[in-house]
Amino acid sequence: MISNATRSRASRERRPLTIRLNYRAQRYIFIYLMLGVPLLYFLLTRLIPILYSFNISLREWDVLSPEKPYVGWANFSGLFADEAFRKSLANTFLFVAVGIPGQLAAGLVVALLLHNANRLRGFFRTVYFIPYVTNIVAVSWVFRWLLMPNGWVNGQLLNLGLPAQPFLQSPDQAPFVVALSMIWQSVGFQMLIFLTGLEGIPKMYHEAAHIDGANAWRRFRHITVPLLNPVILFSAVIAGISYLQAFSHIVSMTQDGGPLNSTRTLVYHIYKLAFKNFDMGSASAATVVLFVLILAFTLLQLKILNRKVEY
Amino acid sequence: MQKKVTIEYWQYEYPAKVTLMDELIKQFQEQNPNITVKQTNFPYDQYNEKVATLVPAGKGPDVINLYYGWLPKYVSSGFLQPLPESAFPAAEIENRYYPLVEAAKIDGSYWAIPTAVRTLALFYNKDLFAKANIVEPPATWEELVKDAVKLTEKDANGQFVVEGFAWEPGAQLHHWYRDGLLLQAGGQDLSEDRRKVLWADTPAGLEAFQYLLDFAIKHKVGTTGIFTDDATAFKTGHAAINIDGSFRLGSLKADAPDLNYDIAPLPSYKSKSAPSSFWANAIPADVTGAKLEAAVKFLQFLTSKEVQEQWVERVGELPAQKEVAAQDKYLKDEKLGPFISQLDYSKAHFFIDETGERTLFVDATNEVRLNNVPVETAFKDLVAKTQKLYDDYWAKADKK
Repeated sequence: MISNATRSRASRERRPLTIRLNYRAQRYIFIYLMLGVPLLYFLLTRLIPILYSFNISLREWDVLSPEKPYVGWANFSGLFADEAFRKSLANTFLFVAVGIPGQLAAGLVVALLLHNANRLRGFFRTVYFIPYVTNIVAVSWVFRWLLMPNGWVNGQLLNLGLPAQPFLQSPDQAPFVVALSMIWQSVGFQMLIFLTGLEGIPKMYHEAAHIDGANAWRRFRHITVPLLNPVILFSAVIAGISYLQAFSHIVSMTQDGGPLNSTRTLVYHIYKLAFKNFDMGSASAATVVLFVLILAFTLLQLKILNRKVEY
Repeated sequence: MQKKVTIEYWQYEYPAKVTLMDELIKQFQEQNPNITVKQTNFPYDQYNEKVATLVPAGKGPDVINLYYGWLPKYVSSGFLQPLPESAFPAAEIENRYYPLVEAAKIDGSYWAIPTAVRTLALFYNKDLFAKANIVEPPATWEELVKDAVKLTEKDANGQFVVEGFAWEPGAQLHHWYRDGLLLQAGGQDLSEDRRKVLWADTPAGLEAFQYLLDFAIKHKVGTTGIFTDDATAFKTGHAAINIDGSFRLGSLKADAPDLNYDIAPLPSYKSKSAPSSFWANAIPADVTGAKLEAAVKFLQFLTSKEVQEQWVERVGELPAQKEVAAQDKYLKDEKLGPFISQLDYSKAHFFIDETGERTLFVDATNEVRLNNVPVETAFKDLVAKTQKLYDDYWAKADKK
């Protein structure tokens, strides 16, 4: 027969083997485990490749050969000595400078109009959103067809007595045409974000200002814009990243980023280096440049735009 | 009994080629029961991309189909092995194949061998020719200009309705310059050792460049982007003449069955010359032993007379060997004949960087058209920049 004392000693001895967790702790472990799965995925598919491309950027590698000799900063100095790369950098900045304000302004205007419209709101929202979900290649080909030298748009211009324009055939106009098509395609997305933001602004602020005699512009300037700030920040960051990474429109709308490299962007240049020239070292170096650019750009935007507004 | 071996074959995705290859593989496997061939295809646009991602991951092919213009890059990176001299003696290749195949000979060895080749020729719209009262396709440089001017049709606003001559330097015209116009005018492309670009060594280079540009800037019979590109303009009946390859026959048949067109050899000047190109099969460097043996057997099969004949009939590309191509049934074919008749004097420029060289050429034409740079300056610049590509390539190749 076992005495009570022995039994309790036995249970005491067993104790260190099991970690007894209360319900709360178990729950947290479960939550963090689940959250960790995507983190692990992120590590494997994003972080490690990024670190790997940092490594490749310091090597000469043509993909097909097994050797990857270390060359230090040669890839970077080679890039900056290359006219096409410098042009692609300048173009990327141009895209950002034209694209972000253009996209935000267009999205905001449509959102404001829709916010104040009572009828057919759902219909217009759908119409403006359609371009966003339309295939880029298809859109690009329609633009090319409309804008070709003897195309529909030039036909209309000539009918109005205006001179025909070269559009995509001219190095001065092509980058703006491409940027405009990108703006047109993303208006719907920006509209949706702004609409949500606008709906989050309590009506009473506007009503109070109205009673105080503030006109529409002043109400927009002092109530809508400041309260929309977090949304504007989000939109600007997303738009900024998309313009810094402009690629698909370039491939399908222009001939090889031309004419005369006028629409060659950084990502397009990276693509050419990596998959047409098989120069993975230089391509990785250019990717590092892009990485630094996006990082700096986003930090800058956070700094400038992220001001807290309270009423 | 021999051990069973499986080899992998890569080519780009072109429906007619893929289906035919499936059948050819079946025929080959019947003749060689111990060998299994697996075909893998990638979209043409992503071909290099796929090779660049899969090969470093150790998923390479045993026989790979490559555009001849990519060969130097693949060779200098050490990805390929020369074709075994025992199975493919250089002397025999030079004896049986058209001379253009020599573009696959680097450092004295052949690195790839084609089943079929392609040449460029003049596509002309017979309805538009009849409308302009032109009976025969142009046979000389002069006639081409004269006919193109006659065929050009513009509306009241001066916009193109019909291009007399479809003008797209980035499509086939840059090939027409290097392997056609330049040589016809008496110039030379590259030095014997393929290190020096000789375009500017005689006045012929500039003369040919000017001739090509004049269609757009002087005669104004065509320009870039009309109906988006030259092939679309011709297909839709909006270009009377286009210089294009035999590879276009298939898509014209499928997309524009009612188009009333014909083919003529390229117009000549001081001599005849026509650009040609080919896709060729090569064996990667890491293929050895039983797999190498099987790969060589498969290559021998792919270059056999029977396969070449099936290829021309099903895919529309021209047989690479003289005795196969020069049969009456092909020479007398109204569409294939003009392409084949040019094979004897056709050339395939030795590209060290196909896209790079094309971009430089297109840029030079744009400098003249859009930035008003004098033709001489643009040409000099083009030659210097192209030479730099060659210098860089050889500097790297010599290091290895």
